[in-house]
Amino acid sequence: MSELTLTLIKLGFLAVLWLFVLSAVSVIRSDIFGTKAPSAPRAAKQKAPATPKPKPRSRKPPRGVPTKLQVVSGANAGQSVPLGEGPILLGRGTDAAIRLDDDYVSTRHARFATNGEQWFVEDLGSTNGTYLGSQRITTPVPIGLGIQVRLGKTIVELQK
Amino acid sequence: MTTPAWVPRKRRGAEFFLTVLAVFIGIFAYAAVGLGVEGTIPADTYKLGFALILVAVATHLIVRRVAPYADPVLLPLVIALNGLGLAMIYRLDLGRQQINPDRAAFANSQLVWTAVGIIAFAAILILIRDHRRLQTLTYTFGAAAIGLLILPLLPGIGRTINGARIWVSFAGFSFQPGEMAKVCLAIFFAGYLVVKRDALALAGRRVLGIDLPRGRDLGPILGCWLISVGILVLQRDLGSSLLFFGLFVVMLYVATERPGWIVVGGLLFGLGAYFGYAAFSHVRVRFDAWLDPFGDPDRNGQIINGLFGLAHGGVLGQGLGQGSPQLTPYSFSDFIAASMGEELGLTGLMAILLIYGLIAERGLRIALTCRDAFGKLLAAGLAFSFALQVFVVIGGVTRLIPLTGLTTPFMAQGGSSVVMNWAIIGLLLRISDQTRRPAPEISTFDSNDETQVVKLS
Repeated sequence: MSELTLTLIKLGFLAVLWLFVLSAVSVIRSDIFGTKAPSAPRAAKQKAPATPKPKPRSRKPPRGVPTKLQVVSGANAGQSVPLGEGPILLGRGTDAAIRLDDDYVSTRHARFATNGEQWFVEDLGSTNGTYLGSQRITTPVPIGLGIQVRLGKTIVELQK
Repeated sequence: MTTPAWVPRKRRGAEFFLTVLAVFIGIFAYAAVGLGVEGTIPADTYKLGFALILVAVATHLIVRRVAPYADPVLLPLVIALNGLGLAMIYRLDLGRQQINPDRAAFANSQLVWTAVGIIAFAAILILIRDHRRLQTLTYTFGAAAIGLLILPLLPGIGRTINGARIWVSFAGFSFQPGEMAKVCLAIFFAGYLVVKRDALALAGRRVLGIDLPRGRDLGPILGCWLISVGILVLQRDLGSSLLFFGLFVVMLYVATERPGWIVVGGLLFGLGAYFGYAAFSHVRVRFDAWLDPFGDPDRNGQIINGLFGLAHGGVLGQGLGQGSPQLTPYSFSDFIAASMGEELGLTGLMAILLIYGLIAERGLRIALTCRDAFGKLLAAGLAFSFALQVFVVIGGVTRLIPLTGLTTPFMAQGGSSVVMNWAIIGLLLRISDQTRRPAPEISTFDSNDETQVVKLS
């Protein structure tokens, strides 16, 4: 083996090693700065008019930004709490944003929180559970405007 | 300016490309070792090449099948490190056998352990479909961690190797249960802290500007930690004590969001280090070797050899197979970073450190984006302990901090380390898959349906 070949192999190996590291970084880079954002929404837009609606919905999900959490039904019907940055706690306890007067609601029942874009509802280990429709939720679930969330006998929803 | 919408993508193609590159690095390194030492490409290159390709294809297919949204860079990074480690261990086998033909070769056993690691990785991904299941076993894992740590102290199966009683051997196999205890402890801390973090952060007295939690909230976790660190001190395993302590402090910090824990942890660590220095002679030896290695060249021969090796390597290294890293004792396990530095130089060692850094970064990123608190804590704990381990061992070899015996993840020779690190990557990929998966469709129920009071039995 000549000296030159070995040097070339040495440098070649280091080059391949760095090539690998840099390609890994470039994959991560696209992760951090978001993948090609325009492609997905555009594709969705182009598709939308072409395909007929799967089900004629009686009501489209309302658009816009929710500003308050409203109690729709139950003992506290009519009460609401404005939405801010922080999470909102619902329950029978004194630290709840709305003290629900409902025997089927736990002291710390459910939490509404936002990541800045989307609101989520999370059950805090309540006895009777938090329901979306007929499904008891076990993890934080994203909710939109007008989606009714039931805690005990109380129903709340996000409103504009 | 609009923020780009985050579109969930699988990116398995990118992962495949990186994996091919990683496998190529491993085979290239092995061939270069043969050329450097013997002047020919080793005859059994096909064996290692075949094994690496098998590993890559198997892991890639498993991830594609059971964790399709998992992080795309973690797996190739790990395969690259593992391949580099195998090549370097083979190179050191050759070098050490040139000195004395009777010395044991480790490359083959390391290959077998890598296979076991892959099996552990696959088993975790296949058996644990949802990492939150682990939360239900919080106390089981806590007890398992303590049991595993006590194991080496038991007469009959415990073995003392190089002054540390951290080995268990039966049926001809020996392993360090501490590696497995680390993962169990991380799961226990995560599961416990998720439940108690509000109580830990809010209830309690304020002393000297630091909120101290109530004893009953902190009790179990402090007890578990005291037992584990106490056992490690009895076993004279400094590196693992440091690792467990760091893991404990950081997970408390992440769970409670109180920077005070870092301060308290730092103070406690300083105190512990001081008492260790005052009380144990083996701690004093490590400190002296760190501050003044050339004061006693006979005793500190290992670290001096490592430093000479790094200096011999320089910026570009001697080239694989052309240095003499085999002169350093334990050049294949504790000092593999110095061996890499000698043959690949600063350039290569920096690339390796960057790979470690990227693995830690991906782990913390998984923790950041994870939606549930348990996964967040677990990913943060695993990623941090990985980063701390790399820092402690490579910092020790390069004489930035006192040398303590920890393994260099994925590269150092040692079965338990390779297997458990693959298991850690399996856990991280599982959490990552859950995290990057698109949010479940809300339209599974019709929002027009009247919500109804459902009678629960």
